[in-house]
Amino acid sequence: MSAMDQDTGMFKVQQTIGSVLCCKCGVPMPPNAANMCVNCLRSEVDITEGLQKSIQIFYCPECGCYLQPPKTWIKAQWESKELLTFCIKRLKNLNKVKLKNAEFVWTEPHSKRIKVKLTVQAEVLNGAVLEQSYPVEYTVRDNLCESCSRFQANPDQWVASVQLRQHVSHRRTFFYLEQLILRHDAASRAIRIQQVDQGIDFFFGNKSHANSFIEFLRKVVPIEYRQDQQLVSHDVKSSLYNYKYTYSVKICPICREDLICLPSKVASGLGNLGPLVVCTKVSDNITILDPRTLRCAFLDARQYFRSGFRSALTSRQLVKYFVFDVEAPVGEATVGGQKYALSYVQIARESDIGKMFYVQTHLGHILKSGDQALGYDIYSANVNDDEMEKYRLSVKNGLPEAILIKKCYDEQRERKKGKPRAFTTKKLPMEMDESRGARVDPEKMENEYEEFLRDLEENPELRFNISLYKNKDYQESETASMTDGEGAPTVPIEELLAELELSEEEEEGNDEEDMDE
Amino acid sequence: MATRLQFENNCEVGVFSKLTNAYCLVAIGGSENFYSAFESELADVIPIVKTSLGGTRIIGRLCAGNKNGLLVPHTTTDQELQHLRNSLPDQVVVQRIEERLSALGNCIACNDHVALAHTDLDKETEEIIADVLGVEVFRQTIAGNILVGSYCALSNRGGIVHPHTSVEDLDELSTLLQVPLVAGTVNRGSEVIGAGMTVNDWTAFCGSDTTATELSVIDSIFKLREAQPSSIVDEMRKSLIDTYV
Repeated sequence: MSAMDQDTGMFKVQQTIGSVLCCKCGVPMPPNAANMCVNCLRSEVDITEGLQKSIQIFYCPECGCYLQPPKTWIKAQWESKELLTFCIKRLKNLNKVKLKNAEFVWTEPHSKRIKVKLTVQAEVLNGAVLEQSYPVEYTVRDNLCESCSRFQANPDQWVASVQLRQHVSHRRTFFYLEQLILRHDAASRAIRIQQVDQGIDFFFGNKSHANSFIEFLRKVVPIEYRQDQQLVSHDVKSSLYNYKYTYSVKICPICREDLICLPSKVASGLGNLGPLVVCTKVSDNITILDPRTLRCAFLDARQYFRSGFRSALTSRQLVKYFVFDVEAPVGEATVGGQKYALSYVQIARESDIGKMFYVQTHLGHILKSGDQALGYDIYSANVNDDEMEKYRLSVKNGLPEAILIKKCYDEQRERKKGKPRAFTTKKLPMEMDESRGARVDPEKMENEYEEFLRDLEENPELRFNISLYKNKDYQESETASMTDGEGAPTVPIEELLAELELSEEEEEGNDEEDMDE
Repeated sequence: MATRLQFENNCEVGVFSKLTNAYCLVAIGGSENFYSAFESELADVIPIVKTSLGGTRIIGRLCAGNKNGLLVPHTTTDQELQHLRNSLPDQVVVQRIEERLSALGNCIACNDHVALAHTDLDKETEEIIADVLGVEVFRQTIAGNILVGSYCALSNRGGIVHPHTSVEDLDELSTLLQVPLVAGTVNRGSEVIGAGMTVNDWTAFCGSDTTATELSVIDSIFKLREAQPSSIVDEMRKSLIDTYV
């Protein structure tokens, strides 16, 4: 059936709205609830009565923040959405009317006035809803916010400082820590970082920042710390005390590749681990390996600092050995992800090739005859360690003549001497401590840093937690170590991160370097 | 010519008075100014009767009448009824009706020939209205409101209705009532016309809040200015957007 409009069945007459005269001015208009034309209604009723039309706000010219009393400072740009929200929030009584629209009216930026035009709606008379817009003027007054004024008074103002110290003669740990901190952004909130003789000082503006930094440190190195505070000022009326907090953090002095003679108590506590042990890894635990039995033990910070033993020989005292003969391994073990093989080797010191030693070593899996190795020369060393002396006297066969620690790649490095590495590292913005006199020898620092970089190349597990960046200047050399049998270990290119360069693209090395043991 | 006045500082004159062509009822208890306003207009022409209905003063809204008769609600006391019968001219029939909707002034709008009634009025009441008042009764709504007596003011020469009445409704009512109608307001935009003013064939009384515009509309639709030269009347016609039937 075709299209007869079937609605609800009701026949509706079309209703045209007539017009009436406005009761005030007589102009014809469609009828509304007030029966007055809009102009007359506007002249009768002012819905903006009682609303704030001018108000004062405070602005900090240093950091560009506006004050929301009593204490919050809100950062906002000139004529931004945040500023508009802030301005509207400052108006009282605005909940009596409905806010329809708000916008900025242009004012000269130097005039210190902000004008906002608000459009509000409210009900008037008998149900008629009237809309009206009106301007609100804000007078901007300059007032430094608390943090800026404190900063102005004393720019170096710190509230908490962390004094990180390790009482050893080298700075390897600090180089490594520096890379770790950069990777994890742990010192991003430090106001200042200062390098001192045996450590680094970090200054923070907030006690909690210092606390979180110490928590980070605790996860990566074994530390012991104490906290002290100094009263700076005291408000008698409100009983508020302002302190400066100082955290004195000591990193344990045992480092990788150190030779340690454990005190008898500690050794027996660890299951009679041979008192001569080598430290293989330091993270939040210290891993020590007995080279004779290939047993490992872990000491965490608390355990270490309970006994507080020091290493007998450190990596400074490593001596180069030539390896003449490596016998078949008598035992193998995989400890903590690292493979070790116990075997006997014939070695001689580089300085005194005539004197041969026949010793046991845990590096049987990587040494071959003709290699060079680094180790501790216990035979001729004059060790200043009580425990070592006690052990020497107690044991009847005498101490082992040498303990090899790692393979030496000096020969291979000779070939690459002078060529830049494939990777670079970033540095923390540290100040040098000039006040203590020129104790720091720049050449020594260079050498130490070079050794640290070599360490990184040789140990993939060290690289695990740090970021290395591609060196833009490095170019693949044609006469690569492909032609020689063995190259020095380097960082494979897939481990390197490209630095964020917004302008140019960098050349990428085409081939990978071999990773050799 | 329409007059502006107040009853005890209240502008709703149609609540406290009832004006027809034969008589005028006013509420008791007001100041003498109220009565003198009526008397100055109406003194020798028609009787002005002070009364109450059911003990209340809102007589304009409780009763409905024209020159033929007066209908009062069942709440009217016997004394009041007797007083009315005594004071009013003899040809005016005063009748008390039993009706659930007792505010007859709100429910019935009438002139001497035709009446509009509340849609829910009893059948008997309708018959009594037709009988006593001598009018033709139409059940209607005005702008969707069933209280026809409140939202319109009617005389034999014209009428004002609720301002929201649509053009079609206006035409329809005008046809029924056979008088020109206009949608307008009284008392500065009040829509309750019947309560705001009271009118007969030659005079009208509105609340003092009534603006000049409203007053001119009242004057022209009820033709209260017969003495005026016609050119001015024509001008008034032009400024009015409404159609006359």
